[in-house]
Amino acid sequence: MAFLDLINKLLGRDNSSKQVAKERLRLVLVHDRANTAPVDFLTALKEDLIRVISQYMEIDEEALEVTFSNSDNSVALIANIPVIKMRRAVNN
Amino acid sequence: MSGKVLVITSGKGGVGKTTTTANLGTALAMMGYKVVLVDTDIGLRNLDVVMGLENRIVFDIVDVVNENCKLKQAMIKDKRFDGLYLLPAAQTKEKTAVSPHQMRSLSAELKKEFDYVLIDCPAGIEQGFKNAIAGADEALVVATPEVSSVRDADRIIGLLEAAGLAISRLIINRIRPKMVRRGDMMDIDDIIDILAIKLIGVVPEDEVIVVSTNRGEPAVIDYTSKAGEAYRRIARRLVGEEVPFMVLDYNEGLFDRFRRMLKLAAR
Repeated sequence: MAFLDLINKLLGRDNSSKQVAKERLRLVLVHDRANTAPVDFLTALKEDLIRVISQYMEIDEEALEVTFSNSDNSVALIANIPVIKMRRAVNN
Repeated sequence: MSGKVLVITSGKGGVGKTTTTANLGTALAMMGYKVVLVDTDIGLRNLDVVMGLENRIVFDIVDVVNENCKLKQAMIKDKRFDGLYLLPAAQTKEKTAVSPHQMRSLSAELKKEFDYVLIDCPAGIEQGFKNAIAGADEALVVATPEVSSVRDADRIIGLLEAAGLAISRLIINRIRPKMVRRGDMMDIDDIIDILAIKLIGVVPEDEVIVVSTNRGEPAVIDYTSKAGEAYRRIARRLVGEEVPFMVLDYNEGLFDRFRRMLKLAAR
């Protein structure tokens, strides 16, 4: 693996500054677009989530949290949704 | 006659809006169209010097909207090209000296008389930007292959969509083929992929631009200039012609070629 990395480095692949630029842009635009959306993006998403999930289980709508989480080279959408009860599913 | 109003915008400053406006306008005039260039960068006018018309300004855009003069009196005819006019910005006023409403009526007025009304938009997203896009039918977004420029272009495209401008097309400016080849500059495809917008042209970095701006003569009149050639092609696309994209000369050296062969072999 180390040998392959060395070759990649020699050939200027993957860690080229262009690749770095693309990655950084991709991540920053996730935040930019979310923050400049005409409606409050996360609130709208929350409401949609509640509507969909409520079909399957009873959830604590007040405690529901949806946030973006940053790590080194990715952005994740984290939803923390406390479940109160499952709806009883019956096969017929 | 009802012409088309095109706004040239970018968000970030210094990416080539004014140079693009001057060159596309001149190229369209050279093709026989009647064109007016409108500088909306009130307080920081520059289209006049890029066009080499700075000594002939009497009235400006603020005089026109305040009815201190007739529209015809403020427009400067470029004697070098038939049918090319400049409506300069005011230098001593502020952006708020003109309103979006006034820009809409001015654009409507100019459209009656010209085939193309090219509006040079100031940097930023404040009042000047709102004025510049108010009367526009279409937008040309200028971006350079840099993180900051592409990011700002993305914001601008969002604002253009929100303002209901149906057609926005991208001009990638100042691309340096050699840097692209060695992986140190984002390529055309990378930028289109990020911005998800239709491309209308790619303009290579070219020293002729500096020289032509020094002289106040747009680069499109220089047939040895690569940037000039790129701008002439964009002008032809604007009028609806199908024009192939320029093959950018990578000036590949022996080492580059060797490296590329290695790259291909390693795939």
